[in-house]
Amino acid sequence: MSTLTNKLPVAAGPARPPRQPRTKTERPIWDEEPGAVVKAGKIVVLAVVVLAVLGPLYTIVLTSISSQATITQAGGLVLVPGEISFAAYQQILSGGVVTKAVLVSVGVTATGTALSMVVSILCAYGLSRPGSFAHTPILFTLLITMFFSAGIIPAYLLVSGLGLINTYWALILPSCISVFNIIILRGFFMGIDRGILDSARIDGASEWRTLTQIVLPMSKAVTAVIALFYGVGYWNAFFNAILYINDSSMNPLQVVLRSYVLQGVSVPGQVDVGTGAAAGPALQMAVIVLAMIPILIVYPFVQKHFTKGVMIGAVKG
Amino acid sequence: MTAGIQRKMPPLENGGEPPAEDPMTTGTPPERGSAINGRLGRGVEVVPRAKANLRVRFRRDRSLVLMALPAVLLLAVFAYLPMLGNVVAFQDYSPYIGIPGSPWVGMDNFTRVLADPDFWLAVKNTLVITAFQLVFFFPVPIALAMLLNSLVSPRLRSAIQAVMYLPHFFSWVLVVSVFQQIFGGAGLLNQSLRAHGWQAVDIMTNPDTFLFLLTSQAVWKDAGWGIIVFLAALSAIDPAQYEAAAVDGANRWKRMWHVTLPGLRSVIVLLLILRLGDSLTVGFEQMILQRDAVGAEASEVLDTFVYYTGVQNGDWSYAAAAGLIKGLVSLALILTANKVAHIFGESGVYSK
Repeated sequence: MSTLTNKLPVAAGPARPPRQPRTKTERPIWDEEPGAVVKAGKIVVLAVVVLAVLGPLYTIVLTSISSQATITQAGGLVLVPGEISFAAYQQILSGGVVTKAVLVSVGVTATGTALSMVVSILCAYGLSRPGSFAHTPILFTLLITMFFSAGIIPAYLLVSGLGLINTYWALILPSCISVFNIIILRGFFMGIDRGILDSARIDGASEWRTLTQIVLPMSKAVTAVIALFYGVGYWNAFFNAILYINDSSMNPLQVVLRSYVLQGVSVPGQVDVGTGAAAGPALQMAVIVLAMIPILIVYPFVQKHFTKGVMIGAVKG
Repeated sequence: MTAGIQRKMPPLENGGEPPAEDPMTTGTPPERGSAINGRLGRGVEVVPRAKANLRVRFRRDRSLVLMALPAVLLLAVFAYLPMLGNVVAFQDYSPYIGIPGSPWVGMDNFTRVLADPDFWLAVKNTLVITAFQLVFFFPVPIALAMLLNSLVSPRLRSAIQAVMYLPHFFSWVLVVSVFQQIFGGAGLLNQSLRAHGWQAVDIMTNPDTFLFLLTSQAVWKDAGWGIIVFLAALSAIDPAQYEAAAVDGANRWKRMWHVTLPGLRSVIVLLLILRLGDSLTVGFEQMILQRDAVGAEASEVLDTFVYYTGVQNGDWSYAAAAGLIKGLVSLALILTANKVAHIFGESGVYSK
């Protein structure tokens, strides 16, 4: 008996598939080796694609950490690493407009993502059992909003009618739930083995308990992907901010980035060159880098789950 | 990891309730008995029985309903209430009087909008951009997905995938800023052109080439992400089909034409429908960000028209009318596109 129970978890657990070290020799027998021209073409195209994504990021990050002298020598953007200096970051993060904007963006993103996740997970679980009470009407209530949106003007009038203009709630509540994300979560919850949920229920677990102690721990991957989607949405939100926020001291980072990089407003401190301040380009690049850093940090951890998470959405949506 | 998730993939939701519909949804012990009755009722899908048990079903499922409630409330306030707010399109709305007090003007705003050359310029720009991107954006992810799928090494493939997805997660402000740094007047390109004694080129502020600029920005940001759905569809093609085709003497290109593309067909049709349904929505933030650089003539699309006439100029009712026209035409477009897909035997976005 004890040997049996010892073996069971191994068989039933989420065992990794046997690693298949696929190498070049794995090409199926019927598939001919591509010709030299085709091969070279593929390599060139893929190299261009990768370079087109990473190249600009490389020069922007490098310029943001280059010293005034290196930037002057390069004549603008730096391609070859020279003298490294973090003066730009020290300058924009030592209080002032950019620092405030970073705090606003972090706060809105954290609060918004937490709220969105709670509401979406609850809704997705509540809708994960076709045939339950009011299942179809609620689902339709959600889906209709994907086909018809009210438009900018009524949305603005509503937010202003609720007195949310110039509040951070205006950056959170109108974009709090994405029906698409709920459908992805729901698709995943519906795919969870019914036997497990039933045994929980037979043991007397309520729906709440089933959700928090059984369903959620099984759905870490999809939850992470959806949290990334929401988080990126809040972090990147630009239009809602220019629509609902008129007080420039409440601006999130994206709006500040726009004014410094696209509208030519000088980054504070940029003018006093004599005081050893960072160079203008470095400051601009540093603001750009700040806007992409959270994404660059979280992305690698969540990225590997994309295909499955989005695939379910594609199948269900 | 992958296998674990794959096992949990839900079945396609095409035939009503899944056959293994489980009855034991009871939360509290006293209702167990009725749940077993429910099993008979729902297991064999006796509809009247289910209806008769509405009260029982409510008691059984009330926590599920309660869970869905916050999302429904948020939608009610921030999606459905604004739909009603569209009544301002039939008024001469003034923010000082509010909706109840503003005078009704019938269809006046609509006739004004439809007679406005600026509106038609926005419509024209929108449709031109959509058509251009349909030709120069839409096929890019398909081609990239097929290229990536032809790589034999899975490690290289996922590394390239990770790089390609990345720009999708950047904001439009960031994307336009990056383009500005590379192609702008003081950007990397012009910097090296000048260093070699050549004339600088004007890319970011030239209205004539704005269409190309927009599309390349869209490709840079989203074409990589677009491949994800096509990769999923490609991995669903049975390898035996390729093998059979190869045995029958089909070469690489013939296999691509006769096996790969047909395998992608329904996904392509689905995305085409979604894109057509969205014809009237093009790069809103992209336009606002670059409006100062290229001027309104080249960058005015329907959404920006609504935004600038309404929120910026305070002509609320007029802008709401234009926005309502856009919303209704979009709805009609997506319903039509879906109908056409059904006629061609594809499942489309939804089916009855």
